[in-house]
Amino acid sequence: MSFLQSLPPEASSLAFQIDVFFWSMAALCALVAVGVIVAVVFYGVRYRRGSAADRSGRHREDLGVELTWILVPFALFVGAFVWSLSIFALARTPPPDARTVYVVAKQWMWKFEHPGGQREINTLHVPIGEPVRLTMTSQDVIHSFYVPAFRVKQDVLPGRYTQLWFIATKLGAFPLLCTQYCGTDHARMGGAVIVMRPAQYGRWLQAGASGGTLAAQGAQLFRSHGCSGCHSPNAAVHAPELAGLYGQVVHLADGRSVIADERYLRDCILLPAGQVVAGYPPLMPSFSGQLSEEDLLALIAYIKSIATADAAGSADERR
Amino acid sequence: MSAVDAGVMPHSFLAGEDGLRQWLTTRDHKRIAILYGLGITFFFFLGGAAATLIRLNLITPQGALMGAETYNKAFTFHGVVMVWFFLIPSIPATLGNFLIPLMIGARDVAFPRLNLFSWYLYMAGGAFTVAALLAGGVDTGWTFYVPFSTLFSNSHVFLAVIGVFVSGFSSILTGLNFIVTIHTLRTPGMTWFRLPLFIWAMYAVSLVMVLATPVLAMTLALIALERGLGVGIFDPALGGDPLLFQHLFWFYSHPAVYIMILPAMGVVSEIISCFARRRVFGYRFMTYSMLAIAVIGFLVWGHHMFVSGQSVYASLVFSLLSFVVAVPSAIKVFNWTATLRKGDITFEAPMLYALGFVGLFMLGGLTGLMLAAPALDMPLHDTYFVIAHFHYVMVGGSVMAYLGGIHFWWPKLTGRRYPEAWARFAAILMFFGFNLTFFPQYILGYEGMPRRYHSYLPQFQVLNVLSSGGASILAIAYLLPIAYLLWSLRYGKPAGDNPWQARGLEWQTSSPPPTENFLRPPVVQDAYAYQEPAP
Repeated sequence: MSFLQSLPPEASSLAFQIDVFFWSMAALCALVAVGVIVAVVFYGVRYRRGSAADRSGRHREDLGVELTWILVPFALFVGAFVWSLSIFALARTPPPDARTVYVVAKQWMWKFEHPGGQREINTLHVPIGEPVRLTMTSQDVIHSFYVPAFRVKQDVLPGRYTQLWFIATKLGAFPLLCTQYCGTDHARMGGAVIVMRPAQYGRWLQAGASGGTLAAQGAQLFRSHGCSGCHSPNAAVHAPELAGLYGQVVHLADGRSVIADERYLRDCILLPAGQVVAGYPPLMPSFSGQLSEEDLLALIAYIKSIATADAAGSADERR
Repeated sequence: MSAVDAGVMPHSFLAGEDGLRQWLTTRDHKRIAILYGLGITFFFFLGGAAATLIRLNLITPQGALMGAETYNKAFTFHGVVMVWFFLIPSIPATLGNFLIPLMIGARDVAFPRLNLFSWYLYMAGGAFTVAALLAGGVDTGWTFYVPFSTLFSNSHVFLAVIGVFVSGFSSILTGLNFIVTIHTLRTPGMTWFRLPLFIWAMYAVSLVMVLATPVLAMTLALIALERGLGVGIFDPALGGDPLLFQHLFWFYSHPAVYIMILPAMGVVSEIISCFARRRVFGYRFMTYSMLAIAVIGFLVWGHHMFVSGQSVYASLVFSLLSFVVAVPSAIKVFNWTATLRKGDITFEAPMLYALGFVGLFMLGGLTGLMLAAPALDMPLHDTYFVIAHFHYVMVGGSVMAYLGGIHFWWPKLTGRRYPEAWARFAAILMFFGFNLTFFPQYILGYEGMPRRYHSYLPQFQVLNVLSSGGASILAIAYLLPIAYLLWSLRYGKPAGDNPWQARGLEWQTSSPPPTENFLRPPVVQDAYAYQEPAP
């Protein structure tokens, strides 16, 4: 059967687990379906009009039978739920050491930015055997990042970051597809994920690094947009210190506490009035409309890069 | 009819005042059912034409027939028309309107004038939708996802949204009418647990229509506000939240799935019981399971959003509840099967449709279980696996049941028998055509073919060609009943009052029934009293 040859390969660490679960569920469903169909055919033949089969007790009902086929399926469903849960929890928890790649989707292309500043369109290069975490956003409508061979999918939304992670386990090029309908050329919004050996990947990264790292680009924007005028240790204006901020708990003026993750930083830049840090005056203007999605990601990469440095000024030297 | 009435031919609701004006101003629930039937048939074939274009286009990987924009408009039109102008009103508005008063021994529904008004709303909504098509079409998909539908689409979103909005009020008012009718107009002796399961299904579906549809109306109004006036509700560029739209949309649209399937469950229960000559196995469990589906169905909408960016914890709760809502459906499948046991079974066309329903609905439901697991939804979401799943439920399930019901009550509706051999042939052809069309789509989805693709990767072609081949068989199977049912109106054998020897009250009056429904009060007995002789 030629179409069976086109079953997608299992090319990520999750793919095998998901397939085992898929085929187990499929087998369970097939078993139930065949059981019911056999029963219908058997009763249909045996109790057809005019047959000599015994029909005594025809209108009797049986509570025990009824309860059996309520409780047995329920127990099976709970089992399936727990199994699914264990896989889904893993699929939604990127390992802390994962390599980050930023994704900006737009009608109708995928733009990728690596921390080293390498950019690519519709093609994503990743190393084999290493966890890769995608931080994704959209410039316009909702898209969805789907690699059938990896069995992973995540919608990509405007105005927020969503995440997806995988460990590629096979070398080669695997189709990347958009699965959230996004307008005219939705069907053509595809590309490929290219999985390479680590050494080969290292060479590829080097060949593509020309414009400075993403963090360096962010540092540039940090100065040119005047952020450094307030957010630096020797600034006259009283603004929160950004060095060492990423990943920390921040106490807000309205009493909430949030973790300073990518989403928080993005919201602070675009909608600063919504999350003023406790103890600081609400002075910061919104940069909404002044920064592209790529600029925002570069700024965030910069703020992340100074998470462990002593001061904002030292980040340039660190690269 | 007994000898007493032999000389008095009852006045058929079809005879008498039959000018166009009389039909368009009628308040008779039976005539309104026929008006709906005409509208629904028209929209079914309109939506079917769009499906034909889709399947023709997908014969080759490049897209054999249309450009991307035309294709996007074709599947949007197919979805909008089939969901809101065929499936949602199909069984309730036709068979429900015709049968509810007859089955409970009433003269009409509680609000006959409102009933007619509902039909006009439905037609007005349909007119807006056709206008959207004639103006150039809509390309948002039937789901109207934002911000695409509010700020990015350049097509006729307003017209389509208004069409769905208006037809929604037809649903709400029909549901209201049915609830009041079933509460207040049951004939003396027709207690709740003597009601046919079809009436229970109508009651459950009416609750869903009344409670869920207003949320759809609000959501569509918000789309119009954002698109027309730039009020920021859903688009993050305006300070809105696109996931809010999805929550609101699916809060209606998941219960809407139950609006489509509960009536089908009611129809099939009547048919299987009649042709097995046996009381429905587990009658009380059948009623409770329908009510459970109607209630729990309101709490599972988030399973459409496992990969949307919804919180993981929300996904877990929605997943668990989605497994729970499958239990009552399983109960029903097992009870239908058990109803056959020790029966005295015959296999006329309605029974073939009903058995086809059980098989196809079961497959659709079982694959729904797989999608209820987020771990499997992650690879399968928005692929052809989902397309196959909901077509098994809505087309394999609801449409088979609708046609089964039309055949079962055709003698009552028209006073004529349909040609049995042709009808059996069409039912069997439909079953095989359906499976050939949609089973390959499960495999396509597992292989990773996304939905709403006007062109696709070449490795998906074989299965797409199979599916399109099945669709052409299915098209013939859908056209056949139109031909022979119309033929039977003139040439069909006279049906008699109760050709199936069924037990529901509707079979106690003449075929077609008089305008007053019953010239003598019907004798109330259990709806499935097949152990006793017909009254």
